[in-house]
This record gives sequence, structure tokens and C-alpha cells, in this order.
Amino acid sequence: MDSVLLIYKGIYILAIFGISLLIATYSTYFERKIAAFIQDRVGPNRAGPMGLLQPLADAGKLFFKEEFIPAKANKTLFILGPGIAMLVAAMSSAVIPFGDTLIIGETSFDLIAIDVNIGILYIFGVVSLGVYGLMIGGWASNNKFSLLGAIRAASQNISYELAMGLSLIAVLMLSGSLSLKVIAEQQAGFNWNIWYQPLGFLIFLICAFAETNRTPFDLPESEAELIGGYHTEYSSMKLGMYLFAEYINIFVVSAVMATLYFGAYNFPFMENLRNAFDDPVLGNNVVTIIGVAVMFAKIFAFIFFFMWVRWTLPRFRYDQLMKLGWNILIPLSILNILLTGGGILLYEYFTK
Amino acid sequence: MTLAERMYLPAIAQGLGITIKHFFKKKATINYPEETRQRSDIWRGLHVLKRDENGAERCTACGLCAVACPAEAITMTAGERKKGEEHLYREEKYAVTYEVNMLRCIFCGLCEEACPKAAIFLQDDKIAPARYERDEFIYGKDRLVEPLKTTETK
Repeated sequence: MDSVLLIYKGIYILAIFGISLLIATYSTYFERKIAAFIQDRVGPNRAGPMGLLQPLADAGKLFFKEEFIPAKANKTLFILGPGIAMLVAAMSSAVIPFGDTLIIGETSFDLIAIDVNIGILYIFGVVSLGVYGLMIGGWASNNKFSLLGAIRAASQNISYELAMGLSLIAVLMLSGSLSLKVIAEQQAGFNWNIWYQPLGFLIFLICAFAETNRTPFDLPESEAELIGGYHTEYSSMKLGMYLFAEYINIFVVSAVMATLYFGAYNFPFMENLRNAFDDPVLGNNVVTIIGVAVMFAKIFAFIFFFMWVRWTLPRFRYDQLMKLGWNILIPLSILNILLTGGGILLYEYFTK
Repeated sequence: MTLAERMYLPAIAQGLGITIKHFFKKKATINYPEETRQRSDIWRGLHVLKRDENGAERCTACGLCAVACPAEAITMTAGERKKGEEHLYREEKYAVTYEVNMLRCIFCGLCEEACPKAAIFLQDDKIAPARYERDEFIYGKDRLVEPLKTTETK
């Protein structure tokens, strides 16, 4: 019994790892396609049908490019940087519930790699480690532009993590649990957190943009003044790893937002559908499979939104970024905590 | 500024609306090698030296096209037809070399109008392609003369 579960977990973790790599790969393609469509172009369409082999061509190109390490760079750290960025990005999808429970025979399989009771804290911890990848890479390059980019990345991530954590606290007050699975289960049907936490979601969304270094907060790699920011000196697949890590981070942050605010794998009328089947096991499995599809649909919608915003908004100035983070988002998220607390008190006063 | 303006969110939403409108717009791009833009019937493209119905070259190297050419893109040398070449050249005089410099040519079509033998035409379906070397733009008879129609394709 245990060995079955162990093998299942192994396969599941590999599958999630593969899926997040696949999504990151094709994010590069869709990024370019969406950019092109928004700018009235057609985008890459030469490699394969509709350009679908473009990511493979890009990866192949990156592998064959010159592997350049600056003469005065710290070699160990220079190689470690993209490695950390990639590792940390791939680690963080472990606690996200992509679906409910599948029942096959007597065994029930949870569609979550590791169900830890501090899931969301794990994600926060791991994601904030990601900035070490940028910091180390930028510092080891021995280049002032890289260093400036790295410093920007670090201070920006720290500033926005505060507001992000504070906006999250309001969700945790509602759910009473740090486990992402429990949070997902509480939003069964259409009882999503977004209805209770619109302000919190807005803050979380803005911070998510800043955390993943996406436009309008992509100051660490702003090409106008910093060449490429922390990855100025990087070439070949090491550059590819940085870009890849960024896309995996977008995938993870989209999954987290879908889980925290948009009901994860829950969809309206799921109970009605479950009860429509005579066989409870079959009903459960059908609902679970649709739930996985719904979860991925939500994730893709968020990824699309990320790209949509990137090709709409210009970049912030750095002082504006800091002002938004410290002077506006943090007070707003504290206000959100107070409002949520008041709401919970009122609810309990009137219902008990 | 009002509070709504200072929040920037309405403006951001408006901007997102504009970009999503462009997202679904029909693209004006024509994927060139696969599709070509519809050309007009009187489009003046690449030159061709025509043959007559027997497959003999029409050009008699009179030089009127070279005189008419405002860009002085056409040069030719005339030669006398020898015995036994009647199937190759229609008249007794023919162009031994006939060159059009596609870098000089302005595709005005005056050569076409000047030709008394209806030998030179600007095709409506071909354009002078881009090349790497300048001398590749000088089109000689090898690239200008209409290929012989074989009996099977006729």
C-alpha cells in the first residue's frame, strides 16, 4: 500500500515538474504570439505549423551559443546563480493542489505532490529564495549594470513581499489554515475567496507582478538603462535558465492566485454534477478530472493576463515603484486585514 | 486629480481594453512567399524577351528600347543571322547580347511601348528578386529570353 503511494507520488512529482517545464517553454511562444497579436502582427510562424516548434528552435539555438564567462567574474557563483533561480522556481509548485482526489480501486490518490500544513508559507519561503539566484548572478558578473539590476531585484522583491504577505493574512483569517489544500476545499462550488477579498486580490496581483519581475515592474532587467540587468553578462543556456525560471515563476504565481482567490479546482455546480452520477466513485472522478481542467484553465487565464498587461503598460520609474510598494500597498493591505477582521466579527455576532 | 484618477486602475483597465481590441483584430500581414498580394493587371514586373509562334526570338536588335529607356538600363549588341539559324531568330539581324540592369531599371515600361517587334514585355506576375551581388542584377539573355515551349506542354 505504502509502496504504491510512494511510486504514485514519484510519478506525480515528475509529471508536475514536466508540466511546469512544458508550460514555461510554451509561455515563451505565447508571449511572443500575444505580443504580436496585440501589436497587430502575426508573430512567429516559420518553425512548424503556426510556429509551434519555435520554443524548441530557441532552446536549440541557446544550447549552441557561446558559453561566455567574464574574465574577472566569480566563476562558481556565476554558474550557481541561474542554477538557484531554476531550482527554486521548479521547487515551488510542489504544494499546489492541482486537483481533488482520484479514486482508483480501493486507493484514493490526492492530486497534490506534498500536502504540508504550511503550504503557503513554503511557497513564500521558496519564492523569496529565488531572489538569491538573481542577486548572486548579478553580483558574480562583476559588472556594474548587473549589480544594479541585482540590487533592484532584491529591494523590489523584499518591498513587495511585505504587502503580498499582509494581503495573504486576510485570506488566512478567513480560512484558518495555511494548507493550500484546505484553502482550496473551503472554496467548494462558487464560494471563492475573490468575493470576500477583492481588495486583497488586487494587492496580491500587483505584488505578484513585482515578485516575478514582470512589466510594469521589470526594473531589474530594464533594457533601456541597465542593458539586461542581472543577466547582462549571461549567454547561452545560462541565460535561458534565467528566462525559464521567470516563466516557471509566472506559472507558479498564477497557480497560487488561482488557489487562494479563484477556488483552485472548484467550479460552480460541481456538487450537482457529482450527485448526478449513480456511482459515487465515478462521480467523484469525473468531478476531479474536470476540476483539474478548470484549475489549468484558471492558471492559463492568469498567464494570459500577465502577458496582456506586459504588452499594455509601460515600466514604472524606480521611485514610483518604491512609493507604490511602501506608501500605498502596505497601508492598503493593513486596512484590508482590519476590514476582514471586522467583517468576521460582524458575521459571528449576527449568526451566533 | 480625483481619487479615481489617482488610483490609475480605471485608466489601466481602459488601456487593457484597447490592447485586447487589437488582439482580436484581423492582421494585415501577408505571409509573402506563401501568399502574394493581388497585383493589378497592368503591373510592370520583370522583363521577358518573347519568342514567336515557331519559337524563334522576336528581337531584332534595333535598339529602340535602349533609346527609349530613360534610365539607360538596356544594352545590346547586334549580330547577323547565319544560315541554319532560322529557327532561332525570326529576322536576319538579332541580339547577340541583350542586358537589362535591374538596378538602373525603373520599370516604366517605355521599352515595351518602343518595341516595333513586340519582343520585350514587362511581366505582371514576376518581380526582380533581391540578390547579394551587384553584377547579379545585370540580366542577360539567359535570364530574359522566354524559355522554349516544348511540344508536350504546348
